[in-house]
Amino acid sequence: MPMDFAFLDQLWLARMPLLRGLGLTVAISALAIAAGTFAGVFVGLALTYGPRPLRWLARGYTDFVRGTPVLVLVLASFYVLSTVGLQLNAFQAGVLALTVFCSSHVGEIVRGALQAIPAGQSEAAKAIGLTFGQTFVYVLVPQAIRQILPTWVNTAAEMVKASTLLSIIGVGELLLATQEVISRTFMSLPFYFFAGALYFAVNYGIERFGRYVDRKTTVPG
Amino acid sequence: MTHLLEIRDLHKRFGETEVLKGVDCDMAKGEVICVIGSSGSGKTTMLRCINMLEEFQGGSIRIDGQEIGYETVGGVRRRKKETEIARQRALTGMAFQQFNLFPHMTALGNVRLGLVKVKKMAKDEARSVAERWLDRVGLLDRKGHYPGQLSGGQQQRVAIARAIAMNPKLMLFDEVTSALDPELVNEVLQVIKDLARDGMSMLIVTHEMRFAFEVSSRVIFMNQGRIGEAGTPREMFVNPKTERLAEFLKTSTFQQAN
Repeated sequence: MPMDFAFLDQLWLARMPLLRGLGLTVAISALAIAAGTFAGVFVGLALTYGPRPLRWLARGYTDFVRGTPVLVLVLASFYVLSTVGLQLNAFQAGVLALTVFCSSHVGEIVRGALQAIPAGQSEAAKAIGLTFGQTFVYVLVPQAIRQILPTWVNTAAEMVKASTLLSIIGVGELLLATQEVISRTFMSLPFYFFAGALYFAVNYGIERFGRYVDRKTTVPG
Repeated sequence: MTHLLEIRDLHKRFGETEVLKGVDCDMAKGEVICVIGSSGSGKTTMLRCINMLEEFQGGSIRIDGQEIGYETVGGVRRRKKETEIARQRALTGMAFQQFNLFPHMTALGNVRLGLVKVKKMAKDEARSVAERWLDRVGLLDRKGHYPGQLSGGQQQRVAIARAIAMNPKLMLFDEVTSALDPELVNEVLQVIKDLARDGMSMLIVTHEMRFAFEVSSRVIFMNQGRIGEAGTPREMFVNPKTERLAEFLKTSTFQQAN
């Protein structure tokens, strides 16, 4: 079918912009997931062990962010922050918005996992003289990770999908790159399918990573 | 002479409820004291105050002369710094009713953690100390097993090894056999008896009256947040002076065992 060859021709011609788009999507997602997870652990700690004012602050933060559409967060960090003097380019603003979104979700996941660990674990750790920091690192985190993992994989996949929203503020990630190719070639269906397959591949990778960590942290018995 | 443990006028409230209403207790080095009493009498709470798993509102606890948990500066009583409390907790070892082994670590890993992180022992030294104690509780051949792969009695013996490997001045046992199937109780009690023979100072909250009779140098009967009666096992079990203790013993398993 000549149609297919035409698509492959166009795909070959568009390979560099699409590859750049994919690279940007992966970079945005990876940055947001890494920074969001890092920040989310602290949000979760504040939610679980923080003194009352800090706990309320963290609670307000997570409820507010989780109740806000990601698109609104993206637009706000791009357009609103500049009015208060924080000048971010589209990429930075987008990553910031996704990081904030991710941190609130991870914070909630971490809180749930920490609260699910029996109190006896912390007491036993205290009883042998471990400090809170040591208890957290050697006793609580290893047990929380297995609890966190499945939901964290979901959140990470959500972040990859949410990265498409950055196309609105002109970040040339995979979706915007695809749309630009389509506007040149008018082959919307095959290129959207192609982009969809790439998103799937990225998320499949995340899921495999989750399974790998799950296998590594399985406790016999 | 200074005692190993000195409890003076200990008061503890949970909200409105006063659980400990002025407990006094002295314990010499090498003593084995069993604490008996009905549930809600405050015996577990007293034990938990000694290593600051519970805060207490009045009175003082001293181990080897050191005041535990609180200090009074300029007439104001305040909680010590967390790092200081962590250090003081290492003066005592504690075994719990629910074992509380770390499920993601092997038996050896459980015993070794405190040695490496709190005692700052080198890895090899920590391993050999941990193995020695696992051997003492008869579980050296299980050192690579995870808690989920061990029976309740075995888990409790690992938990005791974990506490005692830290070389505490005083061991606290909180109803360590209450969560065990009857046929697993003896192996744990045997471990405690061995430690008593070695001269380990131990404060044991227990419902096992026959064991208390056999192992302790002194028995304390707690009743409604106070010490109701104290004495040698013979005085306590054979000639209870108070009505309350006689009443309590009548309903306990000791009578049934006789």
